[in-house]
Amino acid sequence: MLAYLVRRLIGGATVMVLVSIFVFGLFFVLPADPARLACGKSCTPELMAEIRHTLELDIPLPAQYFRFVKGIVSGRTYLAGSEAQLDCAAPCLGYSYQTDELVTNLLKDRAPATLSIAFGASILWLLIGLSSGIVSALRRATWIDKFSQGAALAGASLQIYFVGLVLQFFLVDKLGWLSSPGYVSPNDYPMEWAQGMILPWLTLGFLLSAIYARLTRAGMIEVMSEDYIRTARAKGLTSRSVNFKHVMRAAITPIITVFGLDLGQLLGGAVITEYVFNIPGLGKLATEAVSNVDLPVIVGTVLVAAVFIVMANIVVDLVYMILDPKVRLA
Amino acid sequence: MKLIEAAPITGRSPAAIAWSHLKSDRTAWVSSFFVFIFLFIGVIAPIFPRILHTTPDAFHPETLDADMGAMPIGSFGGISMQHWFGVEPRTGRDIFLRFVFGARTSLSIALIATVIATIIGVSIGLISGFFGGKVDQVLSRLMEIILAFPSILFALAITPVLESVLTRAGLPDGNGVRIPVMIFVISTFGWPYIARIVRGQVISLREREFIEAARALGASRWHLVFREILPNLWAPILVTVALNIPTFITTEAALTFLGAGVIEPTSDWGAMLLASVPFYRVDPMYTFIPGFALFILVLAFNLLGDSVRDALDPKSSR
Repeated sequence: MLAYLVRRLIGGATVMVLVSIFVFGLFFVLPADPARLACGKSCTPELMAEIRHTLELDIPLPAQYFRFVKGIVSGRTYLAGSEAQLDCAAPCLGYSYQTDELVTNLLKDRAPATLSIAFGASILWLLIGLSSGIVSALRRATWIDKFSQGAALAGASLQIYFVGLVLQFFLVDKLGWLSSPGYVSPNDYPMEWAQGMILPWLTLGFLLSAIYARLTRAGMIEVMSEDYIRTARAKGLTSRSVNFKHVMRAAITPIITVFGLDLGQLLGGAVITEYVFNIPGLGKLATEAVSNVDLPVIVGTVLVAAVFIVMANIVVDLVYMILDPKVRLA
Repeated sequence: MKLIEAAPITGRSPAAIAWSHLKSDRTAWVSSFFVFIFLFIGVIAPIFPRILHTTPDAFHPETLDADMGAMPIGSFGGISMQHWFGVEPRTGRDIFLRFVFGARTSLSIALIATVIATIIGVSIGLISGFFGGKVDQVLSRLMEIILAFPSILFALAITPVLESVLTRAGLPDGNGVRIPVMIFVISTFGWPYIARIVRGQVISLREREFIEAARALGASRWHLVFREILPNLWAPILVTVALNIPTFITTEAALTFLGAGVIEPTSDWGAMLLASVPFYRVDPMYTFIPGFALFILVLAFNLLGDSVRDALDPKSSR
């Protein structure tokens, strides 16, 4: 188990290094001139040269990449030794071209909103998806199965940017049942926080539960036709015990994979949800950075999101190993 | 007295069996009808301006209420005999025309991206699965890296960068660059899903007797991959493609909605949704039309994909 974990972590780290080279290359090498972007509107050749020197864009590329990575690992000091020395503690991702803030601080500011969306929504979609899938599988071909499968199919074909607006139009603007979506700190205003989050949770929860409902139903039906389930029933186990201990355990493994990947993807920024509901999370930060061509912030958000996805992959594999004896042997 | 004659027993190919399954599937008929309708209006879009005597880009200020912040006159966003789906707030452009031309843009981008992603995915999957070893390791790692990228975020981030590179390389500004970039981004993130499935299938086929037999007869690798293995893969490839198209359509719309896709004045469903956001409270029809159309189109493609999968899968319960 430990050896496997170490191997997976090394594999994950390798992927991250490759991703970082790729991202660095794409965003700092390809664009015409990052210094020009950092320089802003009132730019003079002198100012640009100065910025190029400050941001260390005047040293060879491999050295630039090395300092970039070193900044992430152990911090970095721009203009070391001079009066204008800029310290950037690890993990240093540089300064925003737009606001001159540390990218790390921007990410820290925006993370709580994304975490709020991701955790609330993921609980909701697991609850809805699993329960409707289980009911469908146990009451196969009844009206309740048809209804929940129909809802799941609709959910899988709907888009956040459409459903979000429709729900907001009816539930907030017309009926006034929910308050406008938004984000406040849950530590200071727990009630307002929950009220502002309900709409994003509902939208994401409903849309993402669709695939879970379909997966759960298909998985359970497949497992229920296995011989060992027949054996379990034949030896007189209650159907509750068979359904939940034997069937669910086998049917849940593929669902965990999808859940881990969805959550990892979402933690890196619920881009569309945050955009539709105007919630200041990591995804919103990224869209803002993209429209301002704020390279360090773009790189920061992409890297953070990639870390979440890689970590989610590792966690999924570990959970898999615990749940599925077949994987443990391999 | 004549006995009832039994139909002669005829051999049917797997394709014929799948086709007969599909033909007797009502869902498949209905969903392919809707898919066809959308494709059809996209194809014949250029005839509508002649019928309606206006263009998707023409402004119609006479349809707007200047006192009400230039909102459409009349109910449901100004629906009338002249403007079937109403008009756009502020400009008065005909929404029906923007809708049919939008179908053209959205579907073309998604379908071109599907073709490219499928060609790349199938080739890489074949190579990776057939040759194995080092080649497989490198290609699998490549797929892993691409799948580790937060795709929407990354697609969003790379668009301005690629745009500046391509504009410097001499491509025309605006959509002349935007559309190729979108196709590139969507297919770049789409192919690994196809490649993974093809790779898995190839690995299980590679060791089968018929491949061994062909090898023993002295067939070249080229022949083995394209003449022996590939023809056995059309079923999983078809299913993957059928289920990929709706994903690509929604990715295209999402990217455009987030501002990294098609820009004015070209019509596009994602762009219509984006443009409708500031007005959705006063003119909900404008948001509803492209959003609902997108839902129906994606639903039709999803249902069709499911039907194709059921028809091709001998194990499927029917």
